[in-house]
Amino acid sequence: MRREPPRSPADYAPLAFPALMLIVFFVVPFSIMIAVSFFKRDPAGFYKPDFVFDNYARFLSAFFGEVLGFSLMLAVTVAACCIVVAFPFTYLLTKRPRRVQTVWLVGLLSVLSLSEVIIGFAWSTLFSRTAGITNLFVAVGLMSEPVALLPTFGAVLTGMVYQALPYTILVLYPALVRLDPTMTEAARTLGASPMRAFFNVVVPALRNTIVATLIMVFVFALGSYLLPQILGRPRHWTLSVLITDQAIYQSNMPFAAAMAVFLVLISLSLVGLTLLVGRRENAA
Amino acid sequence: MSGLSINAITKRFGDFAAVDDVTLAVPHGSFVCLLGPSGCGKTTLLRMIAGLEEPSAGAIVLDGDDITTLPTHKRNLGMVFQSLALFPHLTVGDNIAYALRIRGASKQDQRKRVEELLSMIHLSGFADRPVTKLSGGQRQRVAIARALALSPKLFLLDEPLSALDAKLREAMQVELRQLQQRLGITTIVVTHDQREAMTMADLVVVMGKGKILQAAAPIEIYRKPADAFVADFIGITNLLPVEKDGAGRSTVLGAAVPELACPSGMTKATISIRPEDVRLTAPGKGMLDGTVTFVRDLGGTIETFVEAAGTTITAVATPRERPDVQVGQKVGVLLPAESCVVVKS
Repeated sequence: MRREPPRSPADYAPLAFPALMLIVFFVVPFSIMIAVSFFKRDPAGFYKPDFVFDNYARFLSAFFGEVLGFSLMLAVTVAACCIVVAFPFTYLLTKRPRRVQTVWLVGLLSVLSLSEVIIGFAWSTLFSRTAGITNLFVAVGLMSEPVALLPTFGAVLTGMVYQALPYTILVLYPALVRLDPTMTEAARTLGASPMRAFFNVVVPALRNTIVATLIMVFVFALGSYLLPQILGRPRHWTLSVLITDQAIYQSNMPFAAAMAVFLVLISLSLVGLTLLVGRRENAA
Repeated sequence: MSGLSINAITKRFGDFAAVDDVTLAVPHGSFVCLLGPSGCGKTTLLRMIAGLEEPSAGAIVLDGDDITTLPTHKRNLGMVFQSLALFPHLTVGDNIAYALRIRGASKQDQRKRVEELLSMIHLSGFADRPVTKLSGGQRQRVAIARALALSPKLFLLDEPLSALDAKLREAMQVELRQLQQRLGITTIVVTHDQREAMTMADLVVVMGKGKILQAAAPIEIYRKPADAFVADFIGITNLLPVEKDGAGRSTVLGAAVPELACPSGMTKATISIRPEDVRLTAPGKGMLDGTVTFVRDLGGTIETFVEAAGTTITAVATPRERPDVQVGQKVGVLLPAESCVVVKS
């Protein structure tokens, strides 16, 4: 079916409502935030209109550089862990009978209903010394006495991977389920073991899906705010935590806005870079 | 024993037997077509030979070695899938060289073999093209070359030509047969196209409902079908009831055919007679009289549908022996006894 291109202004009418929503709830607030990021802070009250670069200049300190670097590193690590766990899992899931797949997917969807707060406190209990999983290890005889596994980087990572994993699987599932199963069978008839066929055929054939999923999980993890505070030390806090801190506790709206704009720019450019590299490789 | 033997193979999916106690011997270097309607178990049988499906019972023996439980990647076979299953992320050359790469062949050897195979399939110089940029026929050839890269013992093809248009399919059938004869490789093709089977095969295996109905040379299957299903599936045929009259003579549609020998003890049977064996004559001069209901003049052949004794009989003639009849005309129908084959109905 060929679709007619819209001709008269009336043809664009169905777009009016979403466009209005987008403008009211995204474009306007975001523009205000960009404007505020150039305002001057008024220590007595809030902020006053101005056009200064002071707020951006403050990043050029080692402290903010470190926080930014950590936030990006954390997001990339979470994205990589999610793919490494979710891709083989989803691939094997698509090989199971239909009913088994449905049960798993419903179970994963139910994880999405948990709020970040519940996930954070659940993991903080699991990692605690008094009631955590190390007590189980002691009971089994793997450890001599229970230890606290938090606050650590590992705990932050675990919580965030746990939170992002269902999204990863749900994004990968449609692509993997559509993958022609005869492709791996062909690899096997050509002498590849099932493992080798997976890495030689399934992974490269779905490279674009993997990259898209990496970007999605990366952006998702970059905005993480609660889990680093519940499960980590202050040095595991992300830029999002600092933004909130500046905006709410230090009443420094202009600086918080500048940081938010900066974070958006950095993540957009990283996503753009990834797509660019992907396209160049495809063209080659 | 040289070649492939399939001994009492059964594959059950739940209660359903997709392949039911099939035994077949495929001599080394022969070309076998598994032929049958969809759901007859031919693809399942091929997949079991490839090791992609595990038999519920029975054994598969290749050149004296029992390969029933050998994993696919250790069987040394080449397979062409219905979807072709070319790797979209690799070039033509890399697709063909895949099996060599898996076995750790040097880059030089890989390139040399790819060149050989590409010239064999008349696609020299295509090595660096992406497979996504090829036409249907070219992709087909690449899939064949990829499967033959390691000179396997067994060449399996699952409905390999079904995606091609009719003309290209006919050309590829001839090409595939010539290639197989040149290489002398034992080949098994699954198809539902009887023309394809007749063109290529040394041995046609007609399957239905998981069983082998007849396995014989193509012309024998055509001339002496084992039962009504095979007769109807292979080419076009007239299936007519045959009965014994009071005098013990065979009668077809009420007309006596004294020369037709029915197997003893059979009072009711079916005969199969090919349309090209049916003769049309003047009314009263044949065994039956009928009325022409339709004439299909295809230029190369002329099909005439005659209604006689409540049944439609199809006759085919070439333009040279043009029957020259019109719709509605009364004709006599001759069914030469030597062309009638009594089949199980």
